[in-house]
Amino acid sequence: MNEHNEESRFDHQVIVDLIETGAKVLDLGCGDGALLSLLIEKKKCHGTGIEIDEKEIYRCLARGLTVSHCDIDTGLADFSNKRFDYVILNESLQQVMNPRRVILESLRVGRKVIVGIPNFCHSRARIQIFFHGRVPVTKELPHQWYDTPNLRFLSLKDFRSFCKENRITILKEVGIAKNKKVSLRPNLFSTMGIYLLEK
Amino acid sequence: MTKENNHIYETKYATFCEPPNEMALKSGEKLGPITLAYETYGELNKDRSNAVMIYHALTGDAHVAGYHQGDKKPGWWDIMVGPGKAFDTNKYFIICSNVLGGCKGTTGPSSINPETGKPYGLSFPFVTIEDMVAAQKLLMDHLGIKKLLCGAGGSMGGMQALRWSLDYPDHIHSVISIATNTRHSAQQIAFHEVARQAIMADPDWQNGEYYGKSVPARGLAISRMIGHITFMSEKSMEEKFGRKLVGKNRLGYDFSGDFEVENYLKYRGDSFVHRFDANSYLYLSKALDYFDIAEDGKLTDAFKKARSSFLIISFSSDWLYPSHQSKELVRALKANDIDVSDIEISNSYGHDAFLVEVEGLSDIITHFLKKSQKSMSHE
Repeated sequence: MNEHNEESRFDHQVIVDLIETGAKVLDLGCGDGALLSLLIEKKKCHGTGIEIDEKEIYRCLARGLTVSHCDIDTGLADFSNKRFDYVILNESLQQVMNPRRVILESLRVGRKVIVGIPNFCHSRARIQIFFHGRVPVTKELPHQWYDTPNLRFLSLKDFRSFCKENRITILKEVGIAKNKKVSLRPNLFSTMGIYLLEK
Repeated sequence: MTKENNHIYETKYATFCEPPNEMALKSGEKLGPITLAYETYGELNKDRSNAVMIYHALTGDAHVAGYHQGDKKPGWWDIMVGPGKAFDTNKYFIICSNVLGGCKGTTGPSSINPETGKPYGLSFPFVTIEDMVAAQKLLMDHLGIKKLLCGAGGSMGGMQALRWSLDYPDHIHSVISIATNTRHSAQQIAFHEVARQAIMADPDWQNGEYYGKSVPARGLAISRMIGHITFMSEKSMEEKFGRKLVGKNRLGYDFSGDFEVENYLKYRGDSFVHRFDANSYLYLSKALDYFDIAEDGKLTDAFKKARSSFLIISFSSDWLYPSHQSKELVRALKANDIDVSDIEISNSYGHDAFLVEVEGLSDIITHFLKKSQKSMSHE
């Protein structure tokens, strides 16, 4: 499977560690299929992807993956209850039209859900807002206000309270910054948060 | 990728269902004997696990690729089938047969009815996609193949591939369905009915008894012209013809034909008459119109039987078999926990896209077949 010989991303490694061998996985917004390939290679997972970008579909199929060309907002409705062990929303939740519905739908079709979100309130972003009076543009949040694909801007704290309000259990939270896990004040120091959820 | 396929191919024939063992057709009628015209490409491997069946569309035939003796043009899907191509004849054993009801060597309305010694004409029984597939299964048994690695086709070919997955779920490992749907829609039936009326309105049609006399050439040509309009997109017609005039530099103010698009359709219609039988067109278009996988029930329930993995391909500019119909099929497959990949390819070619060199299509098929072969070897 490892034809592409790419160095896997740190967030991908964190996600791989959360998933047990042989699990059935659905990756929402799977992009070029790098994470799915890694899960199949390392954890012998049975993986399916959903992706809206036609170019990425070609890449996924070239990796021998099963992938469906549709958007996340509507693509979940087709699957039966608890069809998957894990549904993954890595770096894609902030781009969907209806994140609440997508998470609840993911929890319907999956036993557990893994969500990876960029932290819009990480220390460097806060400095830019406070001292420069500008909407943050950082390495992790590289887009200007006029060209960002992100529709939602949230912090780890926002996401925790969202889960509480919707009675979603956070089984695990991993804050990430500079390819390391952040244990001290993750909402301030992580650029990204990865959550393992259950309902 | 595109190595020349220099091998000269021949159409072969196999006959089944000799009376009294006629085939029981879906309509309730019986048909026999049935001869199937077919071609094969590549070599069947030792464990007979590399057979890929390709199904042709409404007016196709068994001659998918390569050349017949003396031919100037290769088979109808030569861009996809051959050494080093998507359906790689160095790796796979490719089978394609002319459909039941056709006019390219397989038993159809223009064949001689052995009981009367005359062509069947309208006494030919109505055939359906189910019947076509049943005949192909007989051919597969005849060739000594237990399970197809893959069944693939576009348009009516895609319908046969889907039918295979339901009628012979344990005999087909994977399915490639291109630019097709699960039931003929009102619009698709409507176009076919206009085409049929054009044929039947031709005085030469003679209730289908025109064999040995002059054929209903006008009617058949018009029905083909209608077909060609539906196979292209508005954009592809605009790009290909625009308002270009033909053989003149100003409007003629007569009915001799001004525009290149008129000329093209006439040429397509007239050349079709030389290669196709009008009664076959009537019967096959009806077989398409009768196609409905769900019948009275739910599409999701219909696919409960399927065991294959699927690749569903549609084209953004295809308005005859629009993408949303393929997506409905994908949803029904997903609801049954079936392994399905799908893609809507953006281009401007319309329904005909699967017959032209579309960027990406070869690659997708290449990878899907590779994956299918791998998973079949693990069974």
